Amino acid sequence: MPNDLEIDDVRDVLARDGAQLVEVLPAQEYEEEHLPGAISIPLKTLDESSVTKLNHDAPVIVYCHDYQ
Amino acid sequence: MSPRAAWRFESLDFTDVYDFVPGKAAWLAMGWGREGTAAATPNVGELARRDVPVCRLGDTVGDARRELDESGYDFCLLTNEEGIFMGHLRGDALAGDPSELVDQAMEGGSTTVRPSEHVDALVKRMTKRGVKSIVVTDLKGKLIGALIREDAEKAVEAHQSDDH
Repeated sequence: MPNDLEIDDVRDVLARDGAQLVEVLPAQEYEEEHLPGAISIPLKTLDESSVTKLNHDAPVIVYCHDYQ
Repeated sequence: MSPRAAWRFESLDFTDVYDFVPGKAAWLAMGWGREGTAAATPNVGELARRDVPVCRLGDTVGDARRELDESGYDFCLLTNEEGIFMGHLRGDALAGDPSELVDQAMEGGSTTVRPSEHVDALVKRMTKRGVKSIVVTDLKGKLIGALIREDAEKAVEAHQSDDH
């Protein structure tokens, strides 16, 4: 079960070794503005082939715009 | 959207998945940095001055006056022990009894803005209302600094010149 991450804790998890930050919004929104170090995997394209570059055993933190 | 993505990651055999629920809007409102094409245009957080005079609740008006004398500003911002913005001192309040606590002399209810706000729209509002500076706090009310309208106007002009 995924863990919910609040604003007070997000930077602690990001500081963990190998943490991977993923924006799942459409690519255009990512191009305009994203969190430092985030990679773009739009939800529509999220499948086995789009995650090959990620480490399955390291933390993955996903985000969109806000509480959606 | 992010809850679905987080579950999708789990179904793809990722073992340590987090949904950053407050998302990009909250991160930007904390002023924690950003990348992308929009980052070429400074936002409020990037233009806010951090060197403004600050006093803590429990300090005296005399303390605030000393902070001010060294700074060149005509206002002093007040925070609590957690760095949360509580109010400000200016004008007559700074000329009062130096032994009075700032807690009693301060003006509360000041308008604040988030660091993620776009400068051009804010400058228009500040100009319309004759506001020369505005306090910038993060999503949780922690003081970041103050945006000086003159700085913001210059940034908007510079950005418009770059566009032409």
